Amino acid sequence: MTTADLLGKILQVVMGLAVFAAVVGLLIFFIDKAPKKGRDYWQLGLFLLPGMLFVAIGLVYPAIRTSLLAFQDNSGDWTLDNFIWMFTQPAAIRTLINTVIWVALAPIISTVIGLAYAVFIDKSRGERYYKVILFMPIAISFVGASVIWRFVYEYRSGDREQIGLLNALVVAFGGEPVQWMQTAPVNTILLIVIMIWIQTGFAMVLLSAAIKGVPTEQIEAAQLDGTNAWQRFRNVTVPGIRGSLVVVFTTISIATLKVFDIVRTMTAGNFDTSVVANEMYTQAFRASEIGRGSALALILFVFVLPIIIYNVNVLRKQREIR
Amino acid sequence: MRLTRHRRWMTPVVAAAAIGLALTACTGDIAEEDAADVDCGPYEEYGTFDGADVTVGGTILDIEADRLNESWADFETCTGIDVAYQGSSEFEAQIAVLAEGGNAPDVGFIPQPGLVQRLADGGWLIPGSEAVEANADEWWSEDWKQYGTHDGTFYGAPLMASIKGYVWYSVAEFEEKGYEIPATLDELTELSATIAAEGDHKPWCVGLESGDATGWPGTDWVEDYMLRLHGPDVYDQWVTHGIPFNDPQVAEAFDAVGEYLKNDDMVNGGIGDVSTLVTEAFQTAGLPIIDGSCSLHHQASFYETFWNPEGGDEVTVASDGDVFGFLLPPAEAGDPLSVTGGGEIVVAFREAEEVEAYRAYLSSDTWANNRVSLGGVISANRGLDPEVASSELLVQSIEILQDPETTFRFDGSDLMPGAVGADSFWKGIVAWVTGQSTAQVLDTIEASWPTS
Repeated sequence: MTTADLLGKILQVVMGLAVFAAVVGLLIFFIDKAPKKGRDYWQLGLFLLPGMLFVAIGLVYPAIRTSLLAFQDNSGDWTLDNFIWMFTQPAAIRTLINTVIWVALAPIISTVIGLAYAVFIDKSRGERYYKVILFMPIAISFVGASVIWRFVYEYRSGDREQIGLLNALVVAFGGEPVQWMQTAPVNTILLIVIMIWIQTGFAMVLLSAAIKGVPTEQIEAAQLDGTNAWQRFRNVTVPGIRGSLVVVFTTISIATLKVFDIVRTMTAGNFDTSVVANEMYTQAFRASEIGRGSALALILFVFVLPIIIYNVNVLRKQREIR
Repeated sequence: MRLTRHRRWMTPVVAAAAIGLALTACTGDIAEEDAADVDCGPYEEYGTFDGADVTVGGTILDIEADRLNESWADFETCTGIDVAYQGSSEFEAQIAVLAEGGNAPDVGFIPQPGLVQRLADGGWLIPGSEAVEANADEWWSEDWKQYGTHDGTFYGAPLMASIKGYVWYSVAEFEEKGYEIPATLDELTELSATIAAEGDHKPWCVGLESGDATGWPGTDWVEDYMLRLHGPDVYDQWVTHGIPFNDPQVAEAFDAVGEYLKNDDMVNGGIGDVSTLVTEAFQTAGLPIIDGSCSLHHQASFYETFWNPEGGDEVTVASDGDVFGFLLPPAEAGDPLSVTGGGEIVVAFREAEEVEAYRAYLSSDTWANNRVSLGGVISANRGLDPEVASSELLVQSIEILQDPETTFRFDGSDLMPGAVGADSFWKGIVAWVTGQSTAQVLDTIEASWPTS
């Protein structure tokens, strides 16, 4: 690339931004000049239009196409083979089971640890610093975190010095080093630990903010009624932060269902650790079995659906109470 | 007040200027080559173009990509075609998506014949021009031309090549202990047993780890044994699913490989036991040979550049140097030489004269000699002068490729459908060396073979 190329590219960016600004400006100008009658609808429609357009192109169309592709084979004929493959092949079933294990463990454990941590550090000295420490991992990308944890789980055979923290500990206590990433089912659990490590900070920060929103009067009233700390926590704090708990739990659940980076970076789906999202990419893009990939995507969608419905339901109930 | 206002727009301007200046550091102002300095004789046949651009995509990266650019610099100067090469390690995964969306580069270097077939099936490829086909007929063997042909239509000529199935060894150790280079697979078994019996180290070092492609070096082993044990015809049936993947002949090849890969007496020299195969990176797996804790390492000709991971020439690769390679021997002493290997096919996604001129140049002997003389690679182009290659091993490899007696077969996993060749075969190898039985693995791979 030469300097002239670079200048050309910068100019392109500037021009693009200018055109975008001009179009938006023009649009707003015309909305303002819309006929008086039904102006609200005109304005509503025009302002919604760009957003709806993006949703249609970026979400609705691909979703429909993926659903159709899931029922086609490579030559475009209609078939159920992709689903038969998914529920009969041991390797494919394994990915489904693993995904269930992930969703069963990661959200609960990270929410519980995050909640406990938030409660314990609440109003303590140096609360801010404790928060920063736990929140830090969330700033690291999944791939970055996986690379770090790969070193923790690293294995060196025999008498070579262990460079992995976990194996170094095992050896220090007189054990034999273990090939953590190759030993099923421990490897899946160890991968889930990475997810928990990342997500706990997120849970903690949100729940901590929610705890601070619980009215002091209620806590004091409970105190006067002679409750102990556990009862106060159980009967005052938790109901008070129920909305946040659900949001945290469902957000982490969805992130866990989509987990791809960790598995791909750590084991690439080998040693019985593959999950649906990883298998979806592998099938669709590397194995060029678009149908199988789409079928897995569809399953993922079916998994996510109840969580979202639950989330929306709880939030709606909360609003009704208010 | 004035000052604050002034500041408000000063900050972004200063920031933009700083970023702009910083970005100029990324640009290498390459001086345009002066046409007067270049001998344009060999390029006259391709014509001249005014302001024509050709974009090229492939898997080749870093220094190899720089050498590619260098290999057609004169061509660009003389013909006026501007070639822009963009390499990506995700190229194979993305090219079909790009092609479907109409965003493919003008030319693609496809390292898998199976992928060429798929792209041709999708109707995205432009058939090769007469000039390209004439070159393919003149300079390449029928086998090689076949890899760029689909349903009788010729889509592109090969580019470079590599030979798989080299066994790397320490020259000094072989001399010192009087080991002979084996002439048959049985002799190789005996040699391995001898080394193992002498006791101070295991004979083979193997690394199958390669990120999300972990397992592929193992597929090379199996392919080499399939070709040597059962010959090219069975090999062709195997890769085209003429025989099932769990055929007894395939099982035989797996078990023969298993004598080494699944045997704790044989692997993993300098690294550990069998379980370390899947965690040792293929790039570094052969290096224990240098310190004498391993004697033999199976890897393609490209491994030559891996012996000096830090660059430089501390380890010399030559028959009288530190390390050298011999081809995995045939099954019986009298068998003809059979090798497996790889290479790229040059396909086009846009119909234009400049694209065909560029493809014609790449398929010519001129290009092959230009590129190979820059070092590091070989080509199966018959017009290539072996002497221009950069090392003894490459000269030897070119001679093998050009020998009409040699049976050449493309790397089998690159010929199989992606679901097998780029997924279940690799995963199967990993499962196999970590404990699954041959029958179990072969059944799983067979079941993953796409029905359509």
